Amino acid sequence: MNPVSDLAASLISIGFYGISYAMILYVISVGLSITMGMMGFVNLAHGVFAMAGGFVLSICLARYGIPFPLALAAAFLSVSVASVALERGLYARFYGAGELTQVLFSIGLIYVAIALARLEFGTQAAPIMLPDYLKGQVKILGHDFPTYRLFVIVFGFAIAFALWIAIEKTRFGAFVRAAVDNRAMAQSIGIDTRRLFTLTFALGSGMAALGGALGADVLAPQWNYPLEHLVYFLIVVSVGGFGSLHGPFVAALLIGIADTLGKYWFPEFGAFLIYAATIGLLLWRPHGLFGACS
Amino acid sequence: MTRIKAPGLFFALAFAGLAMFSGSGAVSAQTIKIGVVSTFSGPAANFGEYSVKAMQLYEKLHASELPAGVKIELLVRDDGGPNPDKAKQLAQELIVRDKVQILAGAGFTPNAMAIAPLATQAKTPFLILNAGASVVTTKSPYIARFSFTMAQSAAPLGSWAAKKYKTAFTLVADYGPGVDSETAFTSAYSASGGTIVGSVRVPPMTLEYAPFLQRVKDAKPDVLMVFVPAGKTATGLMKGFVDLGLKDAGIKLVGPGDIVPDEELANMDDGAIGVTTVYHYSAWADRPANKAFVEAWQKEYGTSTQTNTFAVSGWDAMDAIFQIIKAGNGVVDGDKAMEVLKSYKDANSPRGAISIDPETRDIVQNEYLREVRKVDGKLENIELETIATALKDPVKDQMKK
Repeated sequence: MNPVSDLAASLISIGFYGISYAMILYVISVGLSITMGMMGFVNLAHGVFAMAGGFVLSICLARYGIPFPLALAAAFLSVSVASVALERGLYARFYGAGELTQVLFSIGLIYVAIALARLEFGTQAAPIMLPDYLKGQVKILGHDFPTYRLFVIVFGFAIAFALWIAIEKTRFGAFVRAAVDNRAMAQSIGIDTRRLFTLTFALGSGMAALGGALGADVLAPQWNYPLEHLVYFLIVVSVGGFGSLHGPFVAALLIGIADTLGKYWFPEFGAFLIYAATIGLLLWRPHGLFGACS
Repeated sequence: MTRIKAPGLFFALAFAGLAMFSGSGAVSAQTIKIGVVSTFSGPAANFGEYSVKAMQLYEKLHASELPAGVKIELLVRDDGGPNPDKAKQLAQELIVRDKVQILAGAGFTPNAMAIAPLATQAKTPFLILNAGASVVTTKSPYIARFSFTMAQSAAPLGSWAAKKYKTAFTLVADYGPGVDSETAFTSAYSASGGTIVGSVRVPPMTLEYAPFLQRVKDAKPDVLMVFVPAGKTATGLMKGFVDLGLKDAGIKLVGPGDIVPDEELANMDDGAIGVTTVYHYSAWADRPANKAFVEAWQKEYGTSTQTNTFAVSGWDAMDAIFQIIKAGNGVVDGDKAMEVLKSYKDANSPRGAISIDPETRDIVQNEYLREVRKVDGKLENIELETIATALKDPVKDQMKK
């Protein structure tokens, strides 16, 4: 092997890891982007749903031996349903409130959630027992790729495509887009925005749970998860722009790959590069890459 | 009014009785207050939790050995992680307001350093339960360490690895203990004829190690020495090591025991099998003292929880505290307590024979070469051999020369 092909092999491998990391970030963050854009609600507690998804997956796999795909579905469904109760009971009270109130409320929710998680699951990360068919490596064009990461990438792209269809091509999607663009107008032409919010919130929380479950083998579900990864979710959403679908997708890819490459080339500074890049990007485009300029 | 008087009188009498009862107790009973400042929240919450559980367990099982009427009260405070200011403030409150006679704890080296001057001023013995940088015990004559030093495991590991593997790469978390273990491993490995082909320091709370491990893979070393904080970071590293194909490429993974923590092994999958580490303790060691310790622990806290390094530190420290109390017959005097600690020996600790070095007040203990193996479907750290017996901190030995 000559140095050039060695470098190429390393870059392919790094790029691959970057993309799989990006997909996890995307699936978790896209719901946050939609709810923030549509309801203008600063929901910092979004990571709580991702953590819940991870825990549900862990319990399904380790305690009940439920097959992996069903466990993913269970994470999505159970958290969606639970989030409806939260939305009706708690979030709805703060829709008209100022941003500070919303931030304080959702931070409070994070602390309640991590206290509960710690009480229930202790301080150790929940075990994730992947099925055998997701372990090991797959050989593609002479390169070995870990099967699980490959699955994450394929799944992430499929989700992105499904969401695009749902938002761009369906009636529900048209309602959502209308409400994001102009809530008052959407309401005045007869869209039940209250119900739409609830549905969208449930979808967004479900996506977070799905992302948390999907990425559980990389970002281990653990009680302080919602605080630990909050910064990354917020970076993806703010770089991508609120209320956009492809924004978080592109942003997640950028962040995931840049973060991984930065750590590979400059391991000593790798952890800071991503913040520098975010600051630069936001100085250039304060509303994110695809955010509506208001 | 008279109707209220009767019950009032009754209560007054009851109170008086209670006061007499507790008063008579106070004459003979003496409460020794022990302040524990360690980490009970955040990613390192295990540090304090396991230590205190072990201390309470020891106290419960050995309560009858205390001089008649002497009681122990643990005052537990959470420093939340590597927060020297917070740790110092908590220790100060414990000393000044709560009047503790003994301090223990310090999950993190910076916290231990911050508390050290207080221990000196108040002449309060301070028993270190985790913090592993060599320098800690030099910061106060009232410090004695019951955990380990990073170099204690990394140095024997380096000499051992050099005999079997020609080239090595080191990957450590970029903070005190990581740098300590990198230094100790590198100097021992080079001194024994090995070649270091590369080293990388990573942020301490990294979960995704792929980019760093790709560098290692590119360098093609025979052996990779890793130190990352115990916990999910270690689990993440192990997954990356397998996923990226380093294991298949034949690279041997070694490190101090922190990379395969006893309580985390259940979360690692078979990729961890064969990882070789050097450490002072394993929950699966078959010494009778350890078996008794594990049995008592699981009886108290459930069979799903494991003993670990934090637990054994707490256990041994409590044993030493009992000796202090017994020697003073229920009275704790700082200087006399330090004399007891300096000559402290326990041939029968769960981790083997240990003692405190009278010169440095640092722990002297055995280091074991261990390998992760699957026993009855579960991963365990199996001790293969005692790689160093009654080892003093190698860094302090070096400093003397």
